[in-house]
Amino acid sequence: MTDLSKTGAALGEPTRTGGTPSAFLDVRDLKVHFPTDDGLVKSVDGLSFQLEKGKTLGIVGESGSGKSVTSLAIMGLHRLGNRGKNVQMSGEIWLDGKELVSASPDEVRRLRGREMAMIFQDPLSAMHPYYTIGNQIVEAYRVHHKVDKKTARRRAVELLDRVGIPEPNKRVDSYPHEFSGGMRQRAMIAMALVNNPELLIADEPTTALDVTVQAQILDLIRDLQKEFGSAVVIITHDLGVVAEIADDILVMYGGRCVERGPVDDIFYEPQHPYTWGLLGSMPRIDREQTDRLIPVKGQPPSLINVPSGCAFNPRCPYADVPKGGITRTERPELREVGSRHFTACHLSSEDRTRIWNEEIAPKL
Amino acid sequence: MISYIIRRTFAAVILLLVVTAVTFGIFFLLPRLAGQSPDQLAAQYIGKNPSPEDIAAVKANLGLDKPVYEQYWEFIKGIVSGATYNLGPTTAKCDVPCFGYSFKQHIEVWPQLVDRLPVTASLAAGAAVLWLVAGVATGVISALRPGSFFDRSAMGVALAGVSLPMFFTGQLALLVFSYQLDIFGRTYVPFTENPSQWANTLILPWCSLALLYSAIYARLTRSGMLETMSEDFIRTARAKGLGERKVVLKHGLRAALTPIVTVFGMDIGLLLGGAVITESVFSLPGIGQYAVQAITDNDLPPILGVTLLAAFFVVFCNLVVDVLYATVDPRVRLS
Repeated sequence: MTDLSKTGAALGEPTRTGGTPSAFLDVRDLKVHFPTDDGLVKSVDGLSFQLEKGKTLGIVGESGSGKSVTSLAIMGLHRLGNRGKNVQMSGEIWLDGKELVSASPDEVRRLRGREMAMIFQDPLSAMHPYYTIGNQIVEAYRVHHKVDKKTARRRAVELLDRVGIPEPNKRVDSYPHEFSGGMRQRAMIAMALVNNPELLIADEPTTALDVTVQAQILDLIRDLQKEFGSAVVIITHDLGVVAEIADDILVMYGGRCVERGPVDDIFYEPQHPYTWGLLGSMPRIDREQTDRLIPVKGQPPSLINVPSGCAFNPRCPYADVPKGGITRTERPELREVGSRHFTACHLSSEDRTRIWNEEIAPKL
Repeated sequence: MISYIIRRTFAAVILLLVVTAVTFGIFFLLPRLAGQSPDQLAAQYIGKNPSPEDIAAVKANLGLDKPVYEQYWEFIKGIVSGATYNLGPTTAKCDVPCFGYSFKQHIEVWPQLVDRLPVTASLAAGAAVLWLVAGVATGVISALRPGSFFDRSAMGVALAGVSLPMFFTGQLALLVFSYQLDIFGRTYVPFTENPSQWANTLILPWCSLALLYSAIYARLTRSGMLETMSEDFIRTARAKGLGERKVVLKHGLRAALTPIVTVFGMDIGLLLGGAVITESVFSLPGIGQYAVQAITDNDLPPILGVTLLAAFFVVFCNLVVDVLYATVDPRVRLS
């Protein structure tokens, strides 16, 4: 568990557009919508967060909450390919003083891989099966550096060595299928880090790996972050992962942020019923084995017909708690509930504190 | 790798033996089973109204009175060590590899095949280059913009290309570009004699054949590209900051090529065994036309020879494709 003194990623005002960026990565009111035959899919609908260099932000949420779409939007990967023509994006993404949403595709392409790099979920399918690991890393390096193949290859070997691949001189000529899952993810990390990116986005980096390898990969990411001083965004549905690595946590639900704050606040003083649900459904080593995990009841919301008002309302066990005249169709906005700790919930702070202390915390 | 090739070659030889046995059986065993006597079989090799003495002589000379397996054995032996055919007053020597002797034309089959192969090979090679370039390029562009005007018109043309038979498009092309506009010649000239004349006569058959095949290849490439372009590794390539051109050609097409290579091997093998309709339409003196002539004349040995040659090319090209697979896709292990 990260201690409090380490946290310090700036979490400014929840939604604020215009003006100069206040952080290294400053996402403001980001909306990513996909028009389909069935209607407008609002994958991300007004998301804001800030992240400083050297800090790690964990974005947590269930499938379809918009966390992967957010990461692809930052990388500008949505607008490419067949489906890219349809996407509707608005808001602002500031990276190191440059705005990415309004930037031309070629400007974003030049940043991609150099200033911001991404680690994908399943390294077997994310690496090209027909090219050697070395070739793929060399390619990533030479897109942004005018060097000959020999120099780039030396760089690839150096990186493979750094991420802990044994005999990197030999393994550089291996194909992805000749690596084990953990090794492949290490190679993938080497590929992402080859240009010393200042922002590293890891989209479920450990999901496809077994538990012992998961820990190694997380350690590696943490060590490399210290070494390179980059900002890291980790996207996961696994609270265990963010507990281990993140400074701040952002909980997403139905394309919006429902709660965000320093990691210790989220784990010890969570304020949103959905966060409570996530914590209750997480297996913990210090819990009695006979206790059953408590799932969050119901299904994630359709992103075409997001419930008006609070998207979590249909699944919220506390939907019927009186909220002082606020109707169900009114959407809760993010409110500061602690130092740099925000939540979007209509429950009064007294009710939240009471429910957490009396009903939720004792069961965890 | 080498042991793989040796094993596959051995298997290919066995397969070809089976093909010869089946073909031989069709021509020499089935007629018997259907009630044709050796006499009637022998009568086919003589002119009209043969006398019983002639029939008896031919039957004995050609071994038609022997059991079928013995005749088959003689045929196989001929391929390896040559054969001598007793034609009554004279004998005909059939050199190694003896693929039979046409008693209608009084000529060995093998030199005929060798003579005609360059024609068929010219046709197949030229058309293959055309259809690969046109088909793959069309498929890639279509896949990048599915549903676009280009995609729809290209796939419409492709559908027409597949549906229109060669004897329609070929003859139409001949009529317009050769008979009416007089741009292209109609008499085949070997490359060694006059390369420009050679190309001039072959352009129409190349294009007609390529239209048919590029249609298939365009559809194949399009569906392959649509699939690979949605793969995760394409997203990774883009995430590196590669330009779209490199993403499409180096990462997308490279992965989509594998099934194309497979089909290409088969198609080339089949074509080398004789492009029967194309050669007939354009009067190209190739293997296919030779086969048509032999069938019209009811001349069994050339038919047998052409069948074996075609089988050989198909088997050989497939072997080449299988070996190439290991180069195309490093995940394939040859074992």
